[in-house]
Amino acid sequence: MIAPTAIPRFARGMRLREDAARARWVVVGPERLFVPDEIALEILRLLDGSRSVDAIVDDLAARFDAPREAIAADVTTLLDDLLAKGVVTA
Amino acid sequence: MNLPPPPPPLGLLAELTHRCPLRCPYCSNPVELSRASAELDAETWGRVFREAAALGVLQLHLSGGEPAARRDLPEIVAHAARAGLYSNLITSGVLLDTARLKALAAAGLDHVQLSVQDAEEGSADRIGGLRGGHVRKLAFAEAVQAADLPLTLNAVVHRQNLDRLPALIDLALHLGAGRLEVAHVQYYGWALRNRDALLPSRAQLEAATETVTAAREALRGRLVIDYVVPDYYARRPKACMGGWGRSFIAVSPAGRALPCHAAESLPGFDFPNVRDASLAEIWAHSEAFQRYRGTSWMPEPCRACDHRERDWGGCRCQAFALTGDAANTDPACALSPHHHLLDLAVRDAAIAGADFTYREMPRIPSEA
Repeated sequence: MIAPTAIPRFARGMRLREDAARARWVVVGPERLFVPDEIALEILRLLDGSRSVDAIVDDLAARFDAPREAIAADVTTLLDDLLAKGVVTA
Repeated sequence: MNLPPPPPPLGLLAELTHRCPLRCPYCSNPVELSRASAELDAETWGRVFREAAALGVLQLHLSGGEPAARRDLPEIVAHAARAGLYSNLITSGVLLDTARLKALAAAGLDHVQLSVQDAEEGSADRIGGLRGGHVRKLAFAEAVQAADLPLTLNAVVHRQNLDRLPALIDLALHLGAGRLEVAHVQYYGWALRNRDALLPSRAQLEAATETVTAAREALRGRLVIDYVVPDYYARRPKACMGGWGRSFIAVSPAGRALPCHAAESLPGFDFPNVRDASLAEIWAHSEAFQRYRGTSWMPEPCRACDHRERDWGGCRCQAFALTGDAANTDPACALSPHHHLLDLAVRDAAIAGADFTYREMPRIPSEA
């Protein structure tokens, strides 16, 4: 499980970009395409190579009306999955 | 017939040239190769990339032949970057030194996919038909690392190298690849001519599947391994290209737009050319892209099958290569009346030799 102090970033070759033709955002990589849901997109937008997992959770908790633990669980689950898929590194 | 407009394509394969210093006996280029004089120029590729991006394409694969056989490759990559496409260079690595690679990175290249023919030098050079090729590939992979570009290692596997799959996985790690594509040979074109020398045995295949399963678990988070069971041992066909004319366009060196890079060898088609029509027009209206799109063209057993919108009837090129009719169900499907042809091929290959018919350019220049 990703540590709260870890600093997640997109793996080399992975990019978050707008897919204007389909009115959505996607993560593109070599032979890969991920379509994040709304919550995942909010998390992915905060991967800037300097924010830690904790800082991402703080940011989301300040903006959304949800318990911090619930947000932390969502963030950790998503990042663990993307780490395993090679989309994110930490 | 007025069909609703198709969803936009996601991927574009730009085959920049058929020229290549390698002579792999399973090359996916058509048996009739195009000459350099027939190739689209960089400006035209730029227009095609802009049309593709406007249409909804996100990913661009720059392939060949060997794309680096073109001196204007940096210009082509720059066009892709300006169009906003994610560019993936599919290369043998033998024509690119550090300086040329840096020029491509500066032009905006996003990703490099390097092919290797084997993990063992002597065998790799024999399969690729180029002495010294493997060593040059290893040096190229180091240059990719030095240029800080992400790397995928692509290993086409078959009877003559599948036993070294563990070594290929080690090689991918050693070369710093984030992803390894283990691709079984697809048997049409050149590969069909060499099928007897390439088809693996079931025992080899089972060992390979076990190797991949174990490696994926052990290397989780370090190396992504893409691996698909080959058609000749499958019970259901693959959704070739995600379905004909559903998500993918290939453009040949001479500008022909194809629903699949191998489709050029199908008879009875007049494939549209990007010199004459826009990609949007080709995608929505050309007869070639509509012919096997969706499900209405399907014969039995596809027509009534629950899988028809999952596998889209499989591969048209394989159906043609094995049954003589591209509109038949892919014989890779166990429900196909031609499925036994695959078992016969496996039996023939089990007692065949290892000699190849290498890919060669035509000796007499052809028109395209």
